[in-house]
Amino acid sequence: MARKLVEIKDLYKSFGDQTVLAGVSLDVFETENLVVFGKSGTGKSVLLKCLVGLLVPDSGNVTINGIDVLNLPLKEMNELRKNISFLFQSAALYDSMSVRENLSFPLIRNFNFTQKEIDHKVERSLEMVSLSGAIDKMPSELSGGMRKRVGLARAIITEPMLMLYDEPTTGLDPITTKEISKLIRDLQRELKMTSIAVTHDLICAEIIADRAIVLNAGHILFEGGLDTLTAIDDPFMKNFFSPEYLEDENG
Amino acid sequence: MNVVKPPYEFAETAKHMYELGVKTFPIVSVTGVIIGVVLTLQSQPIMVKFGAEAFLPYMVTLSVIRELGPVLTALIFAGRVSSGIGAELGSMRVTEQIDAMEVSAIEPFRFLVITRVIACTIMMPILTVYVDFLAIGGGFAASHLLSGTTFDLYVSQVIEVVKFGDIIPGVGKTFFFGFIVGITGSFLGYNADKGTEGVGKASTTSVVYSSLLILIFDMILVQITLWIWPVS
Repeated sequence: MARKLVEIKDLYKSFGDQTVLAGVSLDVFETENLVVFGKSGTGKSVLLKCLVGLLVPDSGNVTINGIDVLNLPLKEMNELRKNISFLFQSAALYDSMSVRENLSFPLIRNFNFTQKEIDHKVERSLEMVSLSGAIDKMPSELSGGMRKRVGLARAIITEPMLMLYDEPTTGLDPITTKEISKLIRDLQRELKMTSIAVTHDLICAEIIADRAIVLNAGHILFEGGLDTLTAIDDPFMKNFFSPEYLEDENG
Repeated sequence: MNVVKPPYEFAETAKHMYELGVKTFPIVSVTGVIIGVVLTLQSQPIMVKFGAEAFLPYMVTLSVIRELGPVLTALIFAGRVSSGIGAELGSMRVTEQIDAMEVSAIEPFRFLVITRVIACTIMMPILTVYVDFLAIGGGFAASHLLSGTTFDLYVSQVIEVVKFGDIIPGVGKTFFFGFIVGITGSFLGYNADKGTEGVGKASTTSVVYSSLLILIFDMILVQITLWIWPVS
């Protein structure tokens, strides 16, 4: 059995009176693709942000590669972050930098590569996402799908052990959704990364998921393979996964 | 976070010195000349009335160096730069670019905020000295047109009256003004929220707060400098 790369225990996070995570416990294994489902506002993105220290949970434990993330000083946290990449919903490309600069930025800042090595890595990453022609474009010149691809290229350029995807296909058409999802799956296989992807998108999940969880009201409602989850006879799950099924909260 | 430890962001600071400071030269050039011209036009008839026209260069120069040059340059700088910083960092915050930097193990505070604050603090005195020269030049031009004052006479009077105790406080306080402009815009932009509404708010409040802070600090610094270098 693969080694546990991420261990989350009893994670609680509230914003004012609203409890978003209410005791989430979860293990993610090495080279596994885990998909996190859930209605909007159920804490999926909050869960990802707690993993990388963008949000501080109220209580609980998060361990990545055996390191206790929540009690880590900034310097050590940054060392750990060099092995983690995060693809944001909006791709979060740096507006003032070209595609080339966006990709080379983390390499220049965090590693001791020569300029030749950096150029090679930038070109290779863009090749992997089929965007070699966009190397000197500015983010404002890119379409939504291209921005996601560049964001993905920037995320994989450091060859991280853990990839976190926050709704990687939101706002994209079905064809681009399939392309991005296949790209995520292929890159994961090629680079042997572990990934956690938050999504609403069943097409994306079908392509990338090895395992999935469903978050609801701050708890993990169900956990298992995608086939298992979609077959569960539960009003919430049917409501979530079946386009034909429509039932209000009170049944 | 210890901001005095490496890496030092020299290249990024230089970039902001150019973007925030050098690109402000055209607008403050206009301001500088107008300060000198208007001050002379307003004062000359009164000085003539009291038989003190000879003191016009003295009055214009001291007014510009001690007060009008630093404060008006700072207010122009705040209007152009503080709002720009607030909007830029606010936009980076709401589009998750700052989070992306943080997750990439790059300290965004050091890279985005410290560099801008240092750039503003360095560029503000340079802009002020430049405006002071232009304002004195504008004063001479107006004085020459109104009463035929020669360049040599005007310059000799200026050199005669300006003392160390006039220049140092006037320029010295602009370091504080530059810091205020940089830190206010950066703080409000860096902590912006509520989407585009937050960006707009960060931009406008940056100008309002930095302008107010400049005037308040000016009042305090004038008291301190008058205590250290009393007007003789």
